Amino acid sequence: MHPAFSVLFFTTATGAGYGLLALLGLLGGFGLIPADFWLGLVGMALALGLIAAGLLSSTGHLGRPERAWRAFSQWRSSWLSREGVASVATFIPAGLFGIGWVLLGDSGGWVAVAGLLAAAGAVTTVCTTGMIYASLKPIAQWHSRYTLPAYLIFACMTGSVLLNALLQGFAVGSTVVVTGATLATLAGWAWKLATWRYNDRLKIPTTANTATGLAGGTVRSIEWPHTEENYLLKEMGFRIARKHSAKLRRITQVLAFAVPAILLAVAFASQWPFAAIASALAAISQLIGMLVERWLFFAEAKHTVTLYYGR
Amino acid sequence: MSSAEPRGANSAPSQQPLADTRAPEEGDGVDTSPSVSDRIAKTTCYMCACRCGIDVHIKDGKVRYINGNKDHPVNRGVICGKGSAGIMQHYSPARLRKPLKRTGPRGSGEFREIEWEEALTIASERLSAIRRTDPKKLAFFTGRDQSQSLTGWWASQFGTPNFAAHGGFCSVNMAAGGLYTIGGSFWEFGEPDWENTKYFMLFGVAEDHDSNPIKIGLGKLKARGAKVVSINPCRTGYNAIADDWIGIRPGTDGLFVLALVHELLKAGRIDLDYLLRYTNAPVLVVQEPGSADDGLFVRDDAGNPLAWDRVAKVPVNATDPDAKPALTGNHVVNGRRCKPVFQLIADRYLDESYSPDAVAGRCGVSAGTIRRIAAELAHVAFEQAIELPVAWTDPAGRRHETIKGRPVSMHAMRGISAHSNGFHTCRAIHLLQVLLGTIDVPGGFRFKPPYPRCAPPGPKPAGKTIRPMTPLEGMPLGFVCGPDDLLVDEAGRPTRIDKAYSWEAPLAAHGLMHSVIRNAWAGDPYPIDTLMMYMSNMAWNSSMNTVETIAMLTDKDESGAYKIPFIIYSDAYYSETVAFADLVLPDTTYLERHDCISLLDRPISHADGPGDAIRHPVVQPDRDVRPFQSVLIELGARLGLPGFVNEDGSAKYRDYADYIVNHERTPGIGPLAGWRGKNGEAIGKGEVNPDQLKRYIDNGGFWHHDFSDDQRYYKMGNRAYLDFAVEMGFIPRAERTVFQLYSEPMQRFRLAARGHGKAQPPEAERGRIEAYMDPLPFWYAPFEDGTVDLQEYPLHALTQRPMHMYHSWGAQNAWLRQITSQNRLFVHRETAARLGLADDDWVWIESVNGKVKGQIKLIDGVNPDTVWTWNAIGKRRGSWGLKDDAAESNRGFLLNHIIGDQISADANGKRYSNSDPVTGQAAWFDVRVRIVKCAADEAGFSEPQFERFRQPPNAEPSPDVLRFGAEFRIKREAAE
Amino acid sequence: MTCLPGHTEKKLGLVIDLDTCVGCQACVTACKEWNTGGHMAPLTDIDPYGGHVDGVWFNRVHAYEHTTEMGGRTVNFPRSCLHCEQPACVTVCPTGASYKRASDGIVLVDEDKCIGCKLCSWACPYGAREFDTDVGVMKKCTLCVDRIYNDNLAEDDRVPACVAACPTSARHFGDLGDPASAISQLVTNRGGVDLMPELGYKPTNKYLLPRARTERAANVDAPALEPIKAEGGFLGWIDRMLSN
Repeated sequence: MHPAFSVLFFTTATGAGYGLLALLGLLGGFGLIPADFWLGLVGMALALGLIAAGLLSSTGHLGRPERAWRAFSQWRSSWLSREGVASVATFIPAGLFGIGWVLLGDSGGWVAVAGLLAAAGAVTTVCTTGMIYASLKPIAQWHSRYTLPAYLIFACMTGSVLLNALLQGFAVGSTVVVTGATLATLAGWAWKLATWRYNDRLKIPTTANTATGLAGGTVRSIEWPHTEENYLLKEMGFRIARKHSAKLRRITQVLAFAVPAILLAVAFASQWPFAAIASALAAISQLIGMLVERWLFFAEAKHTVTLYYGR
Repeated sequence: MSSAEPRGANSAPSQQPLADTRAPEEGDGVDTSPSVSDRIAKTTCYMCACRCGIDVHIKDGKVRYINGNKDHPVNRGVICGKGSAGIMQHYSPARLRKPLKRTGPRGSGEFREIEWEEALTIASERLSAIRRTDPKKLAFFTGRDQSQSLTGWWASQFGTPNFAAHGGFCSVNMAAGGLYTIGGSFWEFGEPDWENTKYFMLFGVAEDHDSNPIKIGLGKLKARGAKVVSINPCRTGYNAIADDWIGIRPGTDGLFVLALVHELLKAGRIDLDYLLRYTNAPVLVVQEPGSADDGLFVRDDAGNPLAWDRVAKVPVNATDPDAKPALTGNHVVNGRRCKPVFQLIADRYLDESYSPDAVAGRCGVSAGTIRRIAAELAHVAFEQAIELPVAWTDPAGRRHETIKGRPVSMHAMRGISAHSNGFHTCRAIHLLQVLLGTIDVPGGFRFKPPYPRCAPPGPKPAGKTIRPMTPLEGMPLGFVCGPDDLLVDEAGRPTRIDKAYSWEAPLAAHGLMHSVIRNAWAGDPYPIDTLMMYMSNMAWNSSMNTVETIAMLTDKDESGAYKIPFIIYSDAYYSETVAFADLVLPDTTYLERHDCISLLDRPISHADGPGDAIRHPVVQPDRDVRPFQSVLIELGARLGLPGFVNEDGSAKYRDYADYIVNHERTPGIGPLAGWRGKNGEAIGKGEVNPDQLKRYIDNGGFWHHDFSDDQRYYKMGNRAYLDFAVEMGFIPRAERTVFQLYSEPMQRFRLAARGHGKAQPPEAERGRIEAYMDPLPFWYAPFEDGTVDLQEYPLHALTQRPMHMYHSWGAQNAWLRQITSQNRLFVHRETAARLGLADDDWVWIESVNGKVKGQIKLIDGVNPDTVWTWNAIGKRRGSWGLKDDAAESNRGFLLNHIIGDQISADANGKRYSNSDPVTGQAAWFDVRVRIVKCAADEAGFSEPQFERFRQPPNAEPSPDVLRFGAEFRIKREAAE
Repeated sequence: MTCLPGHTEKKLGLVIDLDTCVGCQACVTACKEWNTGGHMAPLTDIDPYGGHVDGVWFNRVHAYEHTTEMGGRTVNFPRSCLHCEQPACVTVCPTGASYKRASDGIVLVDEDKCIGCKLCSWACPYGAREFDTDVGVMKKCTLCVDRIYNDNLAEDDRVPACVAACPTSARHFGDLGDPASAISQLVTNRGGVDLMPELGYKPTNKYLLPRARTERAANVDAPALEPIKAEGGFLGWIDRMLSN
């Protein structure tokens, strides 16, 4: 699949944003973090900013973005529509939660309820995003039991690393959060490794034989319908060399998991401002790493239509 | 459901409309009944040479849609990939706009636009001077011309013998091979009996000859379960669906066929009765080596060929229906030792050199396969013979109650033709058909009227005398019957610029267009003044040895004048050849003009009856262009050519449409056969009918006459048919066509080579004439096999046009070029492995003539010693309205660059044209190559590259986005 | 509405005979020219005369080589929308632009509702969706919905353009939901297959596979030829045959 930047950025940013929002909603709602004005302002701005930027970016993938509003209508069948509905719906409790926390300085009562609802909305939205991919049968690497958990784990991971950086930045870091972020990062790493392992061993039942109905033996493409690349090949015929892919997997592991884990350990062991700097660097490294991960998520996904083109 | 019977080719129940075509109430707002067109104009397609009937839907003055005409006998409603893309041909940005006069150097593309009056004045002044002095200094050659009966007649009236169309590099071997043997040939001359054949063999097919009828036929064979066998180095197209694909080595089909003949003879699996009735198999041939009549037929005083009556033991007139001729033996008649033709056939082909084991290695086909095919042919022809309960009468007046059929049919085209041994190979295929008794019988190969004709047909080529201001005595192209008919001077030098009908190409029935530029450039046999060409891309894909050809077009003598002094070219598009013209006459598209598809020309008849057709303008030109035929008629009038002016010197014809209706070649016979006579009551012969075109238009643009049942078969010897053919003017007398298995005209050339007769070849030509004018078909290796080092150049290289571009101008067609805009060189997977080549590699393709670079694609479906590519995809930058980055000119390549237009020098240092020595057919399938992986920095672009042509004046840039059809929808929706 | 109809009255579709298709592209351009002025007009071509030409086409023909222990063959393979019974391209659509008609089962796109998210093209395993970058919406085969019911066409022309054009009769059209229909009979008799059946899209269109060669050549199960062994050899045989 073609790794379009608008979509890479969209899923990475909203993942982190919803992860952060969910944690803020949960922890704030249960009063586990202080209802500090600046913390609230920056935290909510970061979470909602990432979400908004991501959603905005996603419209860059649309042929007719001015009609994007239509996407809320088909929630009964379409995960994309559900994602649209969930993402917008989440803004309501998230907004109320933000107002309560930042403007009213209160994170209890209805604000807490809003926070919890925002968290629920965030989790729901991430689920719908994951399901968009997980539901696509033509793409075996996505249509697997690894995809939905991956979106949830990565949202939790990037959200918690961001939250940690935030708390550390305001010098209210907690070892629980650092530990949580570290564990989430390690969990993300493990999940990614497991996913790759699964994908690498994937025996896809759909082959050039089943695609053409020509059973047995080999089916080789000798001529494309048209000699130049068409929409299908540009959108879905993306190919990545194995060597290139291995290198990017290493980069993903270093930036998204290894470096953040080490920096989080450093943060765990050090004081402000060093812990804050390490935490911020961990978050930045991880977000860059996750962009690479998401690039690979697309690049390594093989659509069945490529079988028709001998790819 | 329509109550009428389903019309058209796709009339299976599963190809019919729904039982209820009322739109369901879906409620989704879809307009299921949009208006399609304001009117439907029925005319004839010109996207290739197949000439199908088309329905052109016109909406808001634009062509909305083109589909096949269901009533048309050629295509019966279907339409090919090109036909539907005709819209893009019509609205092409490559179209010329106005007459052009060259201003820059030739080949630069620098022109200025001029008015038609100036263009016609330039042309007529130039041509007039030529005609007053030496008419042969006009060489007039047309390409994919479907009006040769006009263009050839124009040349004849002008007085130049230097006329031909593109047949010389297309398939003259096929046409001549057939016409000299059976008085007909494949394609326009005949077709398989698709309804009844059970075993169909295709040899070396070019996939538009002819396009839709073969496809419709193959569909029928498939539906019926008949067997299809293809003999072709490439497994594409029709060959892909064959039940048996025999990936033969190029140029060895003749050997393969003669091995089948060997097997059939050896097993006695031949139709003796058929041979006796319809062929010259019993005719006695003089066997007196060294004498002047050696190898000629023994004849009686009246000139009738004699046979040996095996019962009466006396010589008899071979045409006597009551004779009992022998097919074997040595006889003495009139004091001459002689043998029947059949004995000579048996002597030759029973020889072990034609056995499957002897030929298998050379052909790349196992002896077992050859034996199996021979057995299958015999089995189907004789064990599965069919008999139709239709009574008919033979020329002797004997009535027969049934028509017997041998359901084996064959079709052959380009792959047979385009070799230097193609004429004999084609004759070999006809020999095979005749031995099996499968020509014009149910299930066999059937003639299309006006064929069969006498083998060879009557008219001889005109041009023996060329005088200023004097028409030729006949048409420039015809059929020679011996050395006396050649167009040569006393010293044996060619009279024609292309050397057709000379000792170098005696049976050149279609001329040698491919030799014209070289000969004109070299002044061999003489210099010319003006080269006038129509619709043929001679500076690119229609020439062999393109690089040198381009140089010849621009070469100058010491005085700085072009060696070919003046070039007039007519084309509708900015092709690679336009830039080399001094005067460009822009043609219309096929939707803007009148044309006639005439029985006098290249007919579109059906085996079940003759037919012809017209084109008429269905849209008007939006630019200053004129149909070439009308321009030619006007030039004829300006020049005062006898056939084109009235006695008072005024123009005889207003335009081509006027000519089509009013021209009579002989009294009562004109370009169109339908609706003749004052009231349109006559067919074939009849008075001029002023309403004729209207009658055609009313009938969907064509005329077709269906035979009665007793006329459909045995046309070479069926009284009902022969009488009809005489009535129609197809043949002069109701005489049967005798298949010439042994060709006496060819033997006459041989005798000349041996020193007999008045017309004598130059000494240097005797050897070739002796070798190749063999009166019986034989096989010899294609010339290039003998002149290049086969270790160095081990591979054969072939080209074919893709089906969606055949005989078309595809590369500039916005739709068709998307399908193929870069041609690959297809290489057998194992051959590539041996050469260390991988898929998608870029390679040099090298022949003795040069090298080109292109990208390869590995396949299995090709003869391992053969590589091939799609032809004419590679384009020169600046041509055809394509942008500079077009794949055609950056990654596509043209194999023509490395195909020699001449073969290597012989012992005398003479370089002959790269052509069949009998017919002059261009031998562009003979080329041998090697392929070498190119250096890493050479990959990614094709070579050679040529300087970019300037765009013609006022050419609009080709669009970046094409939204064809949007306007129909906008208007439709606005109306709602 | 992108929820699928539980049941369609008809299952209109195509059957494509790979045994007969010669790859001539007739269906390809016939489809293009009809549809570029039809329901989804235009079928835009980007850079039509340049090096990056890319057009919208509803029907494309591939060529494959299929090699088994029985030997190799070249197969021309037309590919277009299969009008599936379970078209995920429809259910993933967030706007309702994609839909399957309850009446005849044709899968269509309502261009006015399409936001060009391209998800339907991801959801279609067969590559049947064609994105028109010029207008930013998805287009696709309509099964010539503007031909098959079109009162402005002669009744016998009311079949999809590709079927009408096909010179080898390799394309068929009809109601595959009616087991008695000619097209269903054809599928039954020839053992028509689904493409990628394992994905569960239940394509309506069926493909007829190239027939095995042994089956096809049955009519010429010819005995080997035997040379004439009689007295006088071949020529003697001729004489005897003629004197009979």
